[in-house]
Amino acid sequence: MRTRALELSVGLFILAGIAALLLLALRVSGLTLGGQDNTYTLYANFDNVAGLTTRGKVTMAGVTVGKVQKITLDHDSFMGRVELAIDKQVDNLPTDTTASIVTAGLLGEKYISLSVGGEDDVLAHNDEIYDTQSSLVLEELIGKFLMNSVNTND
Amino acid sequence: MLKPLSAYSVVWFRAGTGCDEGGQNAICRQDFSCIGHSGTIHPFMHIGRCRCAGGTRQHMTTDTDSAVELRGVTFRRGTRAIFEGIDLRIPRGQVTGIMGPSGCGKTTLLRLIAAQLKPHKGELLVNGQNLHALSRGRLFEARKQFGVLFQSGALFTDMNVFENVAFPLRVHTQLTDELIRDIVLMKLQAVGLRGAIDLMPDELSGGMKRRVALARAIALDPDILLYDEPFVGQDPIAKGVLVRLIRLLNDALGITSIVVSHDLAETASIADYLYVVGDRQVLGQGSPEELMNSGDPRILQFMQGSPDGPVPFHFNAPDYRTDLLGGNHG
Amino acid sequence: MAKHSALERLQLLGRAGIDVIGAMGRSGITLMHVLFGRRGAGTGWHLLVRQLYFVGVLSLAIIVVSGLFIGMVLALQGYTILVDFGSEQAVGQMVALTLLRELGPVVTALLFAGRAGSALTAEIGNMKSTEQLSSLEMIGVDPLKYIIAPRLWAGFISMPLLSAIFTVVGIWGGAMVAVDWLGVYEGSYWGNMIASVDFHKDVINGMIKSVVFAFVVTWIAVFQGYDCVPNSEGISRATTRTVVYASLAVLGLDFVLTALMFGDF
Repeated sequence: MRTRALELSVGLFILAGIAALLLLALRVSGLTLGGQDNTYTLYANFDNVAGLTTRGKVTMAGVTVGKVQKITLDHDSFMGRVELAIDKQVDNLPTDTTASIVTAGLLGEKYISLSVGGEDDVLAHNDEIYDTQSSLVLEELIGKFLMNSVNTND
Repeated sequence: MLKPLSAYSVVWFRAGTGCDEGGQNAICRQDFSCIGHSGTIHPFMHIGRCRCAGGTRQHMTTDTDSAVELRGVTFRRGTRAIFEGIDLRIPRGQVTGIMGPSGCGKTTLLRLIAAQLKPHKGELLVNGQNLHALSRGRLFEARKQFGVLFQSGALFTDMNVFENVAFPLRVHTQLTDELIRDIVLMKLQAVGLRGAIDLMPDELSGGMKRRVALARAIALDPDILLYDEPFVGQDPIAKGVLVRLIRLLNDALGITSIVVSHDLAETASIADYLYVVGDRQVLGQGSPEELMNSGDPRILQFMQGSPDGPVPFHFNAPDYRTDLLGGNHG
Repeated sequence: MAKHSALERLQLLGRAGIDVIGAMGRSGITLMHVLFGRRGAGTGWHLLVRQLYFVGVLSLAIIVVSGLFIGMVLALQGYTILVDFGSEQAVGQMVALTLLRELGPVVTALLFAGRAGSALTAEIGNMKSTEQLSSLEMIGVDPLKYIIAPRLWAGFISMPLLSAIFTVVGIWGGAMVAVDWLGVYEGSYWGNMIASVDFHKDVINGMIKSVVFAFVVTWIAVFQGYDCVPNSEGISRATTRTVVYASLAVLGLDFVLTALMFGDF
């Protein structure tokens, strides 16, 4: 085996391997380089964040505008405190924007959907979204349904 | 930069210059003294070698006639003792044969000398130095003074003949490619295989492989050559060639040769001194003629090749009659 | 075989156990010499490059073909199951996650053990039995540095790369089957995949697994060759041991690593 050809093939092999790794990183997992600079943070408190996970998407009118950064428990109000990372380009959210936790499809993941209100003032970095809608818990739904059916049967 | 040498180092220099005086090419380290240079080993290239020896830290034997000395060496494999407190002296500059019946530990002895195995008791000195006390790195350096010819030749199968013989030179020296080529050609010429220089090992016959391995073993001009069963399984012509080569190299290069073998006729024909080893001991030593007339029955049985004697014909077994009639097996 | 009494059998078992521990100890000490010993005479990068070729490049064929077929089968099987739930768009993320987290590292390791591992063991065992290793020692070249170390490093470097290539080829093969043949919408195949594959959790963990497996498989292969009984029967037994031990080690470690990485319950 000629040394030249051998070295070339080894070099190509290593390049192919690294290229595969890069492909996996960028294309398959959608790793974005540059990350955190072009987002700003908003907070929202929910009664119930059941099913919502970090890195869940945040959408407005169906368009992804950010993602969930962190979910913690608010110590004083016993509500779920969600930290959202919103694209800097979406900088005109009014202060009465509503954040709701909704489900993608019937059995799908939970994500946050934003709907705008009518205020003139805009949300800035580290502001709070006050109008929140918690996720639907299946048991409560069934409970409500049973309640309603009991009521209507009276 | 002048390279300081330790005991029995070999450095190449051009003839006409030398070591030590004036420091043309090499000097000996401070606690060593130059014991001379052997010049023009290779007349065409005017290359010689420089030898330093001595030193206060090295253990210098008083008896500088011995290349290898074993003192009270004991070696065990598992629970079985291969050697129990044997004493051996291999004289310098001669061909010494180590012989004995199969399984007496001759190859083990070679490996002990080359420090591949460590004796459980006793001392083993090579050129006055205890190799077993060296660290791994130093030991590999010290092995440059050996050349070993293994039973199967042990050529590197992924290199051709030229590369095989050139390997020790490439590893241990910084000679130019031209010089290496010339040295390889000379070594192969010495063993009569210069024409096979481009062949691969699997294109060689068994005898040729051994000769190439011999060329490789002498590539660095070692002081001591160890031959592990060189005549085994060879046709008479190949045996004759090897016999002649061993003697020739020993005399021409002024080295010490240790031949481990059980081929009586061949070894006795070239050895200056013989050791017969067996039963964990040295059974006898002396020149081949002395041993032929030895009084020890064990030596006699070996030298004469008698099938029955101290080493019995019948392997240990119960009484023949009871075995046949008793029907214990099957 | 002579019959052993119960006590003798117990002794033999104990002896076998001690032998195994002794072998592991020898193995560890040799590993220290190989990795951390002083650089010896005659060694160099050219040895590593040569081994990378024999160990890595020559394994590409089997890795790529296997990756392709496994990816395609995953997509096919996944589709048939998911279509019952109306969730066939999730095929993309299923294929990707399965390959990244499990099949990529594990199958690559198993194939590597079979192809390159057994070749390494046989080669080194053969060198031992023809006394080439002893010759090297006598010439003053440390075989651990000259023969063993380049092969070891070649394995460490090649296997994670092969694993990545396996995964990429598998995902692409799955895409071929799912999108071109089964009619899954191309956007959802890749879109769902990107949304659900997390770089740190899936890609990096998969690579960590691959590196661990590379270490284990290559080390077992090389040591079995170095330590074998130097005749033809010994070499064949050593080769078998390489494949068996390496495969078991990979599968066992896979469970441990998966539990550590993904099992935060």
